[in-house]
Amino acid sequence: MVIEPTPSEHLRPSYGLEQLFAVLDPTGQRQVLDLGEFTQTNVTKIIGLGHRLTFEDILGMVDHVFGPGDPNEVQADVELTNQFLSSILDFEPDTFDAIFVWNTLEYMARHLVDPVVARLHRVLRPGGVMLVCFRADIREQLTVQQSFRIADTRTLSIYPKGHRQAAHLLTNRAVERIFERFGSVKFFLSRDRVREVIVRK
Amino acid sequence: MWNRRKDEAPTPIPSSQPPAPSALAREGIPLSTLPARNPEYESPSSVGSTTSSGSASRSASIGKSVVIKGQLFAREDLFIDGEIEGAVEMLENRITVGPNGKVVAGIKAREIVVLGTIHGNVEATDKIEIRKDAKLVGDIRTVRIVIEDGAFFKGSIDIAKPEAKPLVTARPPVGAPAPTPSAPAAAVASVSDANR
Repeated sequence: MVIEPTPSEHLRPSYGLEQLFAVLDPTGQRQVLDLGEFTQTNVTKIIGLGHRLTFEDILGMVDHVFGPGDPNEVQADVELTNQFLSSILDFEPDTFDAIFVWNTLEYMARHLVDPVVARLHRVLRPGGVMLVCFRADIREQLTVQQSFRIADTRTLSIYPKGHRQAAHLLTNRAVERIFERFGSVKFFLSRDRVREVIVRK
Repeated sequence: MWNRRKDEAPTPIPSSQPPAPSALAREGIPLSTLPARNPEYESPSSVGSTTSSGSASRSASIGKSVVIKGQLFAREDLFIDGEIEGAVEMLENRITVGPNGKVVAGIKAREIVVLGTIHGNVEATDKIEIRKDAKLVGDIRTVRIVIEDGAFFKGSIDIAKPEAKPLVTARPPVGAPAPTPSAPAAAVASVSDANR
């Protein structure tokens, strides 16, 4: 198993973030969904821009339902899988203009990713965008879980949160296949070996 | 001769110290009615402290073995470490859900501090603090929000604009010197105190 060294917290420009905020109309209140960690920074930034924010800590739900352990083992339980899927993303169709998915999909077993992405497609408005992050180095299995915080509309502040085992590591082709029901998928490679993916419905 | 007999043992000297909590319990005083005094989650402005006007703030506490079903209204600060199901409303006061607290209810209060679990919509006319390890499932409506890393939240956040308070200014007597930049707050406070 390849273990990634722990980087320090750092700021970096984010083209994915810039693309997402370019789509959000700054003059009107938009519905934004954040699936990442519940942080003061992201709440302050998104609400400060005049948008309405909804949080659903989806990895928190994964941990709550399945517990710790190898994601491909603990998330294989059929009953728990049904319990997890029945408790997430229960919103009206076409609710959100933008969704921050961050790197959450990497930590879900492959059989969970497709139903989760199908729900994201359902709750995203036509023309809406999602920001999804994936590791660029697909040899790393034990990744450093990162907390993404919005410094401004073009800059991300990255906080390492310790090692967490990824369930799967995806090539660009595999990522395109996951989002094939969406209108477009655009990749940006960042300096810290993270692929930022802008997915548009 | 040197051995003292049992019936001559000295009588204990009465102590001015208050009895220990265990002694209170033996005397039948329910401990759950005593105000919570856990320094870990008591901020300086919390239970039992004094307000800016100098009077002691009143507070109530619901112990961790207490379960309440129904509506709860209060005009004093409340610390909940037990379970509540229904509705909680205290528009002028602060409610703290302790680390053992579990509230399945809508909450309306001036200030809400969450260390435990809430399932329900929360509305604060001033501030909501969500501490580390807190779990909140429901929508938030507040003027200000403070979030510690490590909390779990599922729901939407609405930041309301603070209600505009009527500005009371003290008109200085004719010929009095103009107030210095730091003076207006003191002037307003003294006027509001005088009106009591």
